[in-house]
Amino acid sequence: MYKIILPFRYLFKRRISYLAFLAVALCVFIVVIVMTVVTGLVTDFKQKNHEFVGDCVIGTESLVGFAYYEDFIKTLEQEDFVEGISAVIKSFALVSPRGTEDNIGVEIMGIDPVRHSQATGFGRTLYYHKNNLSKVFKPAYDPNLPGCVIGIDLRLARDAKGRYAYETIPARIALAVSCIPLTTKGAPAKAGTGLVNTATFYYSDISRSGLARVDSSMIYLPFDQAQMLCGMDGPVKRTNTIHVKFKPNVKLEEGCEKIGLLWQKFVEEKSGDKRAGLLEKVSVQSWKGYRRAFIAPMEKEQTMLTVMFALVGITTVFIVFVVFYMIISHKSKDIGILKSIGVSKGNIIELFSRFAFLVGLLGSVVGLFAGWLFLLKINQIEDWLFARFGFQLWDRTIYAIGDIPNRIDLKVLGVIIVSAIAACLLGAFVPSWQAAKQEPVKTLQVSQL
Amino acid sequence: MSRDDFILKAEAIYKSYRMGATEVKVLKGIDFSVDKGEFVAIVGASGSGKSTLLHILGALDKPDKGVVAFAGRDLSRYSGGELSRFRNKMVGFVFQFYHLLDELSVLENVYLPTMVSKGVFGWFECRGRARRRARELLEQLGLAERANHKPYQLSGGERQRVAIGRALMNEPNILLADEPTGNLDSATGNGILEVFERLNRAGQTIVMVSHDERVAQRAGRIVILADGKIRRA
Repeated sequence: MYKIILPFRYLFKRRISYLAFLAVALCVFIVVIVMTVVTGLVTDFKQKNHEFVGDCVIGTESLVGFAYYEDFIKTLEQEDFVEGISAVIKSFALVSPRGTEDNIGVEIMGIDPVRHSQATGFGRTLYYHKNNLSKVFKPAYDPNLPGCVIGIDLRLARDAKGRYAYETIPARIALAVSCIPLTTKGAPAKAGTGLVNTATFYYSDISRSGLARVDSSMIYLPFDQAQMLCGMDGPVKRTNTIHVKFKPNVKLEEGCEKIGLLWQKFVEEKSGDKRAGLLEKVSVQSWKGYRRAFIAPMEKEQTMLTVMFALVGITTVFIVFVVFYMIISHKSKDIGILKSIGVSKGNIIELFSRFAFLVGLLGSVVGLFAGWLFLLKINQIEDWLFARFGFQLWDRTIYAIGDIPNRIDLKVLGVIIVSAIAACLLGAFVPSWQAAKQEPVKTLQVSQL
Repeated sequence: MSRDDFILKAEAIYKSYRMGATEVKVLKGIDFSVDKGEFVAIVGASGSGKSTLLHILGALDKPDKGVVAFAGRDLSRYSGGELSRFRNKMVGFVFQFYHLLDELSVLENVYLPTMVSKGVFGWFECRGRARRRARELLEQLGLAERANHKPYQLSGGERQRVAIGRALMNEPNILLADEPTGNLDSATGNGILEVFERLNRAGQTIVMVSHDERVAQRAGRIVILADGKIRRA
């Protein structure tokens, strides 16, 4: 019973115990906030990339693209694990608003909006045609004109709070889009003549993917017209990528592996055909692999931050260790007394481990609660700081970040609590073990000095 | 005298401490025994080794050489658990500096040895009995009114009486007292010695260490320790 009473008394009757308790609470508070915000940002970024490309991408980095994509789409359509398929033309273009001499370089994506929305989250990124995907490329002011969807940051500016000033209906803007069409060998298809293909499209909608680079440089065009602009509409039509979405119960790796096998078989079947060489450059990748160049730096930052916080954690463990060392060294007289009345070495260690567990648990709970409360109000706190002092964690006019992520990950919480308690136990174990192994008289005499 | 008549017997006890490069020989071959019901006082000047001998007798310290036997059994052969039980049940220790736990009340300090000897469930079974005994002891020691106070709220003499109560809680075979009056004024010290005399009359075996021969006169037998050896018994 003394092993229950004494830890509580040590915790509540000794001021130095409050220091250990506060050290644990503060550490947990900081780690919860940082890990939640960073994990939230990375998770959000990954989800947006996933939404942007679908589950699996069959494609090539080459602007020439690859042929026979329609045949492979037919093969995929027969597979019961596939939910959506979308062929996409990808290239670069020069865009200039009609009536001006301005022009900017952009990326273009030729898509069938309905199919592309089945394979990716494209439909959800639109503002005007979210619920009417078949009319995405039909401008509201004249449905007979060829429409285009513009990345939101090409059209609208964000205010300091990251909000866009949406128009009620899209303004009538005509954009001349010029591309260099390429032959199957990668040479300019119109060398010696006009060199570029140009077509005019009218602004019909805006897309907000949440990916800064996409939203500030992407223009979506109807698939057929993009194919024509890029010179991929010859007798053997070409595309750059096929995006695939799996049914909900299909695991990503398994789905990609199945598509990989189907693609291998398809390439073998087409091996004798004229444009079969283009198929060899095509790879099958999961969305994670396809967007690796964008996700990897973010993950690297997360890893670096985790390592930095692991170092902070080690320092905190050491601080907690030192505090416990001081507490228990201060309590060596008690250890001597307890041993002199018959408490065994094991029970001494257990008693102080219980005390450490209590400190760790209560410190974690208070740190978690404070962290949760802070995260709950983190966006209001940032708003207040911005209104009062002009301070903002991220400049919303530059970064495509809305609210600061504040959804607490239970797994992260579990790891933090276990680590905090383990730090306390470690901090308590060493000095209590050292004191308990001594003859009682030694600890009693030390306290007499 | 048969072997069973000895409660505690020490034979050829040697003990030394290192102080830097110097080795200080504290006990140089001590032979000592205590009979049941005896009240023995060990006296000697400061540094004569009397406290060290008492600690060795109570298994709070180990001799470098020699044998301490309790009821005929060598303490060095006790396992860790057996030693803990020996300290808990067989001996009661009273220290010069009381050594009470400040986090516990006077009553809790007294019944702490019983709490230690019982597990959680065992404690719930005997809690009532233990509290009653602790209160009886405090009453005998004149501290009934102080049961709920904390040790730091008591005077030196009161604290020493609490320490005696704690030492007696588990009805030990032998009470070992290290300078029990050394930190008290003469009137308070006298009160403590009266308690010891009363306990001894009731059959309690007591070994007391003191540097004061006047205090030692209250015991039934006096052992004089000088220069690490027993000079006169």
